[in-house]
Amino acid sequence: MTDTLDTFRHETRAWLEAHCPPEMRQPVRSEKDACWGGRNPDFQPGQKEWMDAMASRGWTVPDWPTAYGGGGLSPAETKILREEMAAIKARNPLNSFGISMLGPALLKYGTEEQKLDYLPKIARGEIRWCQGYSEPNAGSDLASLATSAEDAGDHYIVSGQKVWTSYADKADWIFCLVRTSKESKQGGISFLLFDMASEGVSTRPILLISGYSPFCETFFDNVKVPKSQRVHEENKGWDVAKYLLGHEREMISGMGLASTGGNPLIEGAIATIGLDHDGRLADPLLRAAIAAFEVRSQAFGAMSERFIDELKAGRAHPAQPSMMKYYGTELNKTRHELQMAAGGSDALEWESAASGGGREARAWLRTKANSIEGGTSEVQLNIIAKRILELPA
Amino acid sequence: MPLYLSDDQTALQDTIRDFVAEQAPVSHMRALRDANDATGFSRALWKSFAEMGFTGLLIEEAAGGLGLGHVEAGVVLEEIGRNLSPSPFLTTAVAAVAALKGTAHADRWFPGILAGDTVAALAIDEAAKHRDTIALKAERSGNGFKLSGKKQFVTHGHVADLLIVAARTAGNAEDADGVTLFAIPKGAAGLTAAPERLADASLAARLEFDGVEVDADAVIGEVDHGRSPLDRLLRAGRTGAAAELLGVGGGAMDMTVDYLKQRKQFGTLIGSFQALQHRAAHLYSEMEVARAAVLKAQQLLDAGSEAADSAVSVAKAMTAMATTLSVQEGVQMHGGIGMTDAYDIGFYMKRARVLAEMFGDANFHADKVARAAGY
Repeated sequence: MTDTLDTFRHETRAWLEAHCPPEMRQPVRSEKDACWGGRNPDFQPGQKEWMDAMASRGWTVPDWPTAYGGGGLSPAETKILREEMAAIKARNPLNSFGISMLGPALLKYGTEEQKLDYLPKIARGEIRWCQGYSEPNAGSDLASLATSAEDAGDHYIVSGQKVWTSYADKADWIFCLVRTSKESKQGGISFLLFDMASEGVSTRPILLISGYSPFCETFFDNVKVPKSQRVHEENKGWDVAKYLLGHEREMISGMGLASTGGNPLIEGAIATIGLDHDGRLADPLLRAAIAAFEVRSQAFGAMSERFIDELKAGRAHPAQPSMMKYYGTELNKTRHELQMAAGGSDALEWESAASGGGREARAWLRTKANSIEGGTSEVQLNIIAKRILELPA
Repeated sequence: MPLYLSDDQTALQDTIRDFVAEQAPVSHMRALRDANDATGFSRALWKSFAEMGFTGLLIEEAAGGLGLGHVEAGVVLEEIGRNLSPSPFLTTAVAAVAALKGTAHADRWFPGILAGDTVAALAIDEAAKHRDTIALKAERSGNGFKLSGKKQFVTHGHVADLLIVAARTAGNAEDADGVTLFAIPKGAAGLTAAPERLADASLAARLEFDGVEVDADAVIGEVDHGRSPLDRLLRAGRTGAAAELLGVGGGAMDMTVDYLKQRKQFGTLIGSFQALQHRAAHLYSEMEVARAAVLKAQQLLDAGSEAADSAVSVAKAMTAMATTLSVQEGVQMHGGIGMTDAYDIGFYMKRARVLAEMFGDANFHADKVARAAGY
């Protein structure tokens, strides 16, 4: 067993060394550095080679079954792969809501036909997905959503509006919560998949405080969706939605971790402030704040490892993703506050070449949404209080 | 290795949980305090730890111990923390054993530790704050050394059968080299130990070495190279203190959450108030993260990893921060009753403060983390 794993580690190390392009070993500095794939990809040098190489082994989704484009790796092998990727500072080969959110839900709730149809395309990065959840009047109270899907025989007619749809203007397909019954709030929701190129779909990007528009308003005007594209039973979409939200929270919680490849906070602080003759950061109060943060950040790194191990072994509390989401996003906001303090007025430049077009400032503002999207911090605390601590209603 | 307890470790945890809760619950500690006990712990309890094999937990099987690691030692310490049990387990079975293991002293001291007859104390600190500096002088004298200087915060120091003393044999207080670690038996001439009762009712001695003469064979490891056994001692002690803090913080949190489910005000359970629910949920999150940090440090230590040092500092700092929060929230959410001596939550607050200080506080370890990262 241990011998087999040692062999796997050696082979993995050699393969990664041979196939990971040098550009893909540089730290991720902005959202543009992430590879999203899709029908209209915007690849930077090295991204496509890296994504394709990993996908050829099923390693964009190492623990999915090989029949669906995965690597078929055991939890122990998956962990080794991640460790070896981290060791060479390899970037994530493919960022995808298909991998982090829809895939796990399809594996649990999809029909065999749906799994064979959608999962391999997700694994290869051929289809970029977006998530149609929030609506103007359904935010924290998501189950009050109103986008309607009327029964029209072998298909539904979908009408309504979604909001905060991440990258809807760049996505190829959407996984979308719709109302199929008004009889029951949570029990009248269904989970549909459809092509964003369908007639009647339109998107309008929302300009955010960061100056970017990663989110859209998405409109559906009598969009025809075949019933074969519904996941799980009609009016049981809330089960799928909740399951998927658990995975979304895991993904967002990962933002609290230091990025692979260097530590921009510490490197940035040393660059602007410098070290004193004892080798300490020359601003003692900022140094103390960073050090206290780093203790929490490294402890949370251990927590993430523990959480994943427990999840794979079926030992995690079902509401534990809420804790991970809460802690990870709050940490990430703190990290960027400290990065702004470390960067000083250099980090305030919004357009200059030196600032990478305001990279630091825009990333800082972007993190403010972390504790809102995917369920606010306050919603997570409610869930922890009720489901884990079992405090009275 | 997955980052959770194995089946064997969980079974051990069940055994220890029952054992400590039965033999040394908080009422045991309260009784010792009320009796103004001069030893600081129960020798009978230490004997029963030995009968269970716990005192030899870190000692190799060939030498009569259980041959287990820091994860298992942490399992014991967490229950000691949860029950606030006064015990020489951390200083003796964890820190002293880690220092003596593999040295010529093992044969001499391990049988007594295994039998539950020997208690060890650690004479490391020389000032109110734990530091890396060692100034207490050990000068060559005849066939051995003569020690002069002071130590403080030496838990069990007034009753210990074995004192592990960090001393300076060369160079300046700040130097890494020139430190020598000594194993000194009870009753050395010229050594006075004044026990002081601390806020948590435990006893820690102030030691004065007035030309204390020891043989050359009292040296642990090599002369001038005592940092190596001292680092082993500190790594084990810090990780152990972190595990004990986890028990203190977890115990205080459990008491508090229970109280929120019982106490009524305004005609309703106070645990239904969102203001308190959010604070309790935040506390839970901090304690969970601390638990992961401790297990990570223990596993790395057991694996002999180079990354262990940094993980140990993270674990000690994180548990100090999380448990400090736990005991503060505990007293606050208990309200007035939390301020009374009759209620146990205050004991948790006091014990947490002592453990937070032991082997370096959160600031000391955050500084270490920063140093290791080059800032």
